[in-house]
Amino acid sequence: MDIGIHGVRQTAHNTPQGRLGLSVTEKRSHTQRIETAAEAIFTLCACCMVFAVGSITLYMIANGIPAIYKLGAREILFSSVWKPTAADPSFGILYVILTSVAGTVLAIFLGVPVALLTAVFLTEAAPRPLAAVVRPAIELLAGIPSVVYGLLGMLVLNPLVYRLEQWVFRGSQTHQFTGGANLLSAVLVLAIMILPTVISVSETALRAVPEQLRASSMALGASRIQTIFQIILPAARPGIVTAVVLGVGRAVGEAMAVNLVSGGCVNVPLPFCSVRFLTTAIVSEMGYAEGLHRQALFTIGLVLFGFIMLVNILLHKILREEKG
Amino acid sequence: MPRKIKDAVAYMVIYLAAFYSVLLLAGIIVYVFAKGFPVFDLPFFTTVSSVVKGTVGIAGNILNTVYIVVLTLLAAVPAGVGAAVWLNEYATPGRGVRLIEFATETLAGIPSIVFGLFGMMFFGTTLGFGYSILTGSLTLSLMILPLITRNTQEALRAVPDSYRNGAIGMGAGKWHMIRTILLPSAMPGIVTGILLAVGRIVGESAALLFTAGSGYLLPEAGSGFVSKIMESGGTLTIQMYLSLARAEYDTAFGIAAVLLCIVLAFNLLIKILTRNKFFAG
Repeated sequence: MDIGIHGVRQTAHNTPQGRLGLSVTEKRSHTQRIETAAEAIFTLCACCMVFAVGSITLYMIANGIPAIYKLGAREILFSSVWKPTAADPSFGILYVILTSVAGTVLAIFLGVPVALLTAVFLTEAAPRPLAAVVRPAIELLAGIPSVVYGLLGMLVLNPLVYRLEQWVFRGSQTHQFTGGANLLSAVLVLAIMILPTVISVSETALRAVPEQLRASSMALGASRIQTIFQIILPAARPGIVTAVVLGVGRAVGEAMAVNLVSGGCVNVPLPFCSVRFLTTAIVSEMGYAEGLHRQALFTIGLVLFGFIMLVNILLHKILREEKG
Repeated sequence: MPRKIKDAVAYMVIYLAAFYSVLLLAGIIVYVFAKGFPVFDLPFFTTVSSVVKGTVGIAGNILNTVYIVVLTLLAAVPAGVGAAVWLNEYATPGRGVRLIEFATETLAGIPSIVFGLFGMMFFGTTLGFGYSILTGSLTLSLMILPLITRNTQEALRAVPDSYRNGAIGMGAGKWHMIRTILLPSAMPGIVTGILLAVGRIVGESAALLFTAGSGYLLPEAGSGFVSKIMESGGTLTIQMYLSLARAEYDTAFGIAAVLLCIVLAFNLLIKILTRNKFFAG
């Protein structure tokens, strides 16, 4: 519609009087052009996001498939022998997958209750000055780089776990001692690392519970604690589920800290076994891997990406249900 | 069990859970500072590690970190703010918006190691930037894009509609309104987003290991500072990881203390900034 109008005015410029008389409309058409350009640029920026997700998906699939194709899905996904550099190499990543699953589940079981109780503390139980200390502390925990968690896990947690290991397996002839670098250490570190995420999201959920529910419950003679555990927490369930799912996403994807504390042998995921996660396999082997080994690592990346996409889609569904 | 005792126990457990987090943080900070501060001396900050000269220093890594922070922000801030403006000011609700919001959520949920793999393949191999500061920065810019966009969006939402109507009513074009009214009003929110992003960049390691590499030398004076962008450069976190792998625990603690100082400083900055926003509002 604009084009027609512009066209008329542009021919008017060519007449000697046109330039002066129509300078306002000329300016307007100039502004119009800037407006169009601005909108186009903003749209492009927004599309960046979609391009990024699209190309990441494409690259992960394109690079993860070749090894599956060459070795067969059974050979790589469901075999448990990982000997990528042996003379007769074998690329089974079953234990790696299971370790990531087990590590995440255990970390959630350990971390979520603490996180939920902390969120309850912040929203329901804490006197103002105490909440003013605890909340910034949790924000700071979220900001600590994962290598720092790794450093402390390695030098503080591992020796403690080693002592526990020595006590549990005292007199055992068959147990391979890990020096504390095992699944248990990794789970403990992960349980700490998911705290900030789970706390802040479930805190928001608890805050969103209408005040009426609290008031009515108290008016009916329930104690504060009963109100919290029987009224508020159930009412905030969708938000809490979101928090847990976000926690799962963080735990599955954490690489550096876990790599420093978990040992690094491909093993059955038992608490006192040195283990390798999906993420740590990539971190520690990508540097030197070549050929099929490298491709198998990309397959591990694809499996990890698959898990994350699953978590994302789940999250998206929950959030949409909450809105709708 | 009588209800009173039950309640008291429940309260105790709740308080314990909360203090666990605080204790954890206090423990981490005290331990890292106690082990890290003794490592600090002038050469630690002004030299690079060298066997020949017998120095242990992180000057190169500090510089690399600055490079990566600046380049990442240069790439991500315009795109992230632009996307937020589009979502908030131009887009009409529908499939397009839903797609972009889903993409933002997804991008925010992708772990950094996957960004690292993608960056290595796409920026490093396909575009041919290799292991370089540029590759690392571009990779990280994808990672922090959602953070910038979300904070900008929130800030834009907080700008009252009367501002928009007033500007349009006075004859301002949309772009003019955005440039002169909306973006300045949303500035505190945008800056908060940028500060959060800087925190993430400084603490990031997994996404940089296979993209920016681990170079730790200072660039040569002059044009070296420009060509450095195309060379490998490890940030503080990467150097810390490598020091740990080589069992140089003193250096690792020194870097950890530096990192914690940065994290604390940025948190404080954000606190001050958001408090000011309340005063202004």
